[in-house]
Amino acid sequence: MATETKSPRVPRPAANPGAPQPADPARVRLEPRELSAFFGAAEVVRGVSIGFGDREVTAIIGPSGCGKSTLLRCLNRMHETVPNARVGGTVTLDGQDIYAKGVNPIEVRRHIGMVFQRPTPFPTMSIRDNVAAGLRILGRDRPSKTATDQIVEDALRRTALWDEVSSRLKESAVALSGGQQQRLCIARALATRPAVLLLDEPTASLDPISTQKVEELVYELRRDMTVVIVTHNMQQAARVSDRTAFMLAGELVEVAPTNSLFTTPGDQRTEAYITGRFG
Amino acid sequence: MTTPGIARPIAPPPRPPSRGRGLRPSGVQRAAAERTRTTLGRRRVVNVLMVGVTCVAAVVATLPLVFILGHLVREGASSINLAFFTELPKPPGEEGGGMANAMVGTLVLILAASAFGLPIGIGAGMYLAENRGTHLANAVRFLSDVLNGLPSIVMGIFAWQFLVRPMGKFTALAGGIALGAMMIPLVTRTTEEMIRIVPVSLREAALALGYSRWRTSLVVVLRTALPGIVTGALVAVSRIAGETAPLLFTVLGNQFWSTSLTEPIAALPLQIFSFAISPYDQQHALAWAGALVLIGIVLVISLAARFATRSRFGRGGD
Repeated sequence: MATETKSPRVPRPAANPGAPQPADPARVRLEPRELSAFFGAAEVVRGVSIGFGDREVTAIIGPSGCGKSTLLRCLNRMHETVPNARVGGTVTLDGQDIYAKGVNPIEVRRHIGMVFQRPTPFPTMSIRDNVAAGLRILGRDRPSKTATDQIVEDALRRTALWDEVSSRLKESAVALSGGQQQRLCIARALATRPAVLLLDEPTASLDPISTQKVEELVYELRRDMTVVIVTHNMQQAARVSDRTAFMLAGELVEVAPTNSLFTTPGDQRTEAYITGRFG
Repeated sequence: MTTPGIARPIAPPPRPPSRGRGLRPSGVQRAAAERTRTTLGRRRVVNVLMVGVTCVAAVVATLPLVFILGHLVREGASSINLAFFTELPKPPGEEGGGMANAMVGTLVLILAASAFGLPIGIGAGMYLAENRGTHLANAVRFLSDVLNGLPSIVMGIFAWQFLVRPMGKFTALAGGIALGAMMIPLVTRTTEEMIRIVPVSLREAALALGYSRWRTSLVVVLRTALPGIVTGALVAVSRIAGETAPLLFTVLGNQFWSTSLTEPIAALPLQIFSFAISPYDQQHALAWAGALVLIGIVLVISLAARFATRSRFGRGGD
């Protein structure tokens, strides 16, 4: 990644009643504008505009089927890999439209990493090769073997996996526990130094202890990247995110600093959802 | 409607004494319990019956193999000696001799057939798996099934018409291509099935890392599906290893050493066939031995390939 101009660490926003969408203190890195997503004729994301700030964790919450995962998949051009899927609107990364003509989706995905609901280690690769999987495809920019080893170690240390797996880097990744596999997948996404990390319900298939480890990791990641996390779990959103966005039926209802969204929601539908009246 | 003499009260039969204190099962509950008891009994009988039937079927399914192997060993084992593996066939009437050239010939034919059939079959299977539902994929899938059912002798005639005649002579190459063409539909369908069962999530994980579509197919999907594809390829190889009909029209057979692809070549099935229809007991015994060795070769190929596709962790590095 190019070195960024030092922007001040985003302070955890205080509760700010009466102002549902306060001015964003963080520099916006990833910004969907009037983003719509379709499966065939069905519009599952409807004209969403939102800014994801630098060094900031944004949680997207909402009931099942509200389009939050689809929105996430539009942010690194994964949505279009599904047959009959279509995207409207724009998404800019550092001011550049990733849906512009001539932009290679493969290039986009190298800069915007993604972790899925279920752990997806490559079963034919060792633990080390799994973490290095994104590096092997860099062509001329591919790091040397020793450099790769260093990157692998760094990524595994960041995900707190190093002590658990350092002695068996050459063993199969599927032998790890579910929680370890998921942290391995996060390490794999981090190894290529993405500018943005997208997490699609990363703890949905994990036990509470693994969940806690992943949450701590997400909290740490804000130091040097933009993180967007889709979650079913409102407590999780409250724990890990700086800002929270609430989606309903494909529309973005509200986005606000996490504290204020959960204490003084600006929209009645948000309030109904977070107080458990539906969803 | 009263029948004199057998007048009965129309009241329901007396309830059995209740087991619980105060809580007596209602009529509906008792009926349900009764139903459960009878269906349980029936289920148990059906269960035992089905387990028995499938068990018998499983045993019967393996019986032919046991009989064939037993018979082959009884008839052929006595003719298997060093000479059988090292010598050329002797002219009729002479004692001794072996099938060394036919064994080598069969291996050459298997290699030639695999070199032709595997790349095309695996490639076609990948296409079918990645492009489901397109007109071309549906057509290819259908034609591949038809090809799979094509009698092998038709394949032989086809190879004779389009390879042997233009080349002006019988060649190992023509036989290899005929056998390879027979492998293609099997390999295609197995590859397609094996690639299909690779989870979509794995493919998405690779795409999300910035893998291109072809690299995802090759590095992640194909490698994950590889053990299954290898098994499919083995099934195809064992299927063609014993084929005789396509070889009759293409490689002809050879009494001498040859490993050249452009010459007629000996093959175990052909040698077995010509010895089996000969009038000499000596050659009959050799034919049995040849059949035993043919099965042995297929077995060894299977084992070797399985060994080669074990999980390969411990190698590391990129």
